[in-house]
Amino acid sequence: MSNSQFYSKKVMEHFLKPRNYGRIENADAVGKVGDPSCGDVMWLYLKIKEKNGKYVIEEAKFETFGCAAAIASSSVATEIIKGKTIEEALKVSNKDILKELGGLPLVKVHCSLLAEDAIREAIYNFMRKKGLQIPEELEKRHEKIKARLDKTLEMHKKLGYVTGEN
Amino acid sequence: MRIKVNGAEKIYFDYNATTPTDPRVAKVMMEYFTENFGNPSSIHSIGKRAREAVENARLEVMKLMHARESDGKLIFTSGATEANNIILKGLAMKAWKEEKNHLIISSIEHSCIMNSAKWLEKQGFKVTYLRVDKYGIVDLEQLENSITKKTFLVSIMHANNEIGTIEPIREASKICHDNNVLFHTDAAQSFGKIKVDVNELGVDFLTVSAHKMYGPKGIGALWIREGISIEPLIHGGGHEYGIRSGTENVPGIIGFGYACKLRMKEMHEEEKRLTLFRDHIIKTVTETIPESYLNGHPVKRLPNNVNIRFNFIEGEALVLLLDEMYGIQVSSGSACASHKPEPSHVLMAIGLRPEEAVGSIRISMGKWTTEEDVEYLLEVLPKAVKRLRDISPFKGKWEV
Repeated sequence: MSNSQFYSKKVMEHFLKPRNYGRIENADAVGKVGDPSCGDVMWLYLKIKEKNGKYVIEEAKFETFGCAAAIASSSVATEIIKGKTIEEALKVSNKDILKELGGLPLVKVHCSLLAEDAIREAIYNFMRKKGLQIPEELEKRHEKIKARLDKTLEMHKKLGYVTGEN
Repeated sequence: MRIKVNGAEKIYFDYNATTPTDPRVAKVMMEYFTENFGNPSSIHSIGKRAREAVENARLEVMKLMHARESDGKLIFTSGATEANNIILKGLAMKAWKEEKNHLIISSIEHSCIMNSAKWLEKQGFKVTYLRVDKYGIVDLEQLENSITKKTFLVSIMHANNEIGTIEPIREASKICHDNNVLFHTDAAQSFGKIKVDVNELGVDFLTVSAHKMYGPKGIGALWIREGISIEPLIHGGGHEYGIRSGTENVPGIIGFGYACKLRMKEMHEEEKRLTLFRDHIIKTVTETIPESYLNGHPVKRLPNNVNIRFNFIEGEALVLLLDEMYGIQVSSGSACASHKPEPSHVLMAIGLRPEEAVGSIRISMGKWTTEEDVEYLLEVLPKAVKRLRDISPFKGKWEV
């Protein structure tokens, strides 16, 4: 299926009936990734509770602007991380998302990466807020995501796509 | 028009992509596969019979473009893509010998013109891409100012395939002829939908296609005004006035000819009917769905074409949702691919930002679109848009 331009049954199912979409008011963590001029944006909201000295993701919700693959990837990502500790959630990769979706067409694989980025960014946001020790890898990842967004915005400014205030 | 696909009922709103072949056309074509199978180049009776049918069809196609036999030649091709390739590259070959190297096209041409022009650029030709205004109408002043002694051709489409805008071809061809430059128009989308008259439009070359007007796929034509020669791209037995060799696609040609004959009689009635549907859809959608806007010109547009952008959602998602949940078949210009913003060049040319361009869909109607189909579309479209907006992070404004 992954070489086809068409989506798997699982992708269509998550696209048509996305789990956990919407906003969490007073979320403990928010991860915002992507940018509108690239065609996909994912905002991930988490409710995190402390249990036996571990931080556990009790609730995860998303809001996504994008294609069916982006929406399905977000939906699956929220399902995967719910109930996990933040350490466990940091180990979730786009491969897990792709596996759960039954694959994505090659040109859409980046949507699963966007979901992985959203998880990382949300947890980074949480650790920053809590003043927790941020693992070096996560710090680097955050810098990378931020740099990529800055680069895209820069490019779009040059192309004249970004006009004044958004 | 309702069609069953794997047991699910689908309603076709994508006539600008392709039309069904009219059953009457398909019926006429049938005997040319089996009984009347001759090679029109054979001199025996069976060959001659096929030749007569091909020449008769040629006249039918020319009739629909209001071209007399003395006005020029019609060359059958495999479709509009081939016809457009022939005209750009065939003329470029000739121009090169005359030391002309400049081509002018609009910035919203179909990819077959666009990519042929880009290929010519790679071979050393110079190409000017004309600006369009926010409605997609080409800048005639820029056209006039761009023509040089080296210009060998100007090519501007008659009607745009995405946004349906009808270009001022008569004015454009006049500017070209006043400056002794040849003029071509790609009429693949307008032919058989609105009046196309080679003399009224004043064109030297015209591209047409059968499958956008209830004819079969795999057949199109290039009309060339009398007295103008071009270099062939496909050499062989000298078919089609030596410009396009290869044994004729006889069933396709017969089908195209018959489809033109039917359009001659039925086109104007349909134009009126579809214009009413078109304007009803545009008005209802833009007035009832917030943040929805018409792409293209409100009046100077194909009678069957609606193109609307919905802010804060993505077009491919809307197309899939309309198909899967409501059975409606429409198309979107483009989708996100590999993180590169590659929205439609047409929507970018009319000044949309990438995030706006990706939220656009094209709804196109035809012969078998009923009032019931239109009402159903108008009933479910707001639901589909709302559903995706509920999922979108952008509530009434863009944020980064």
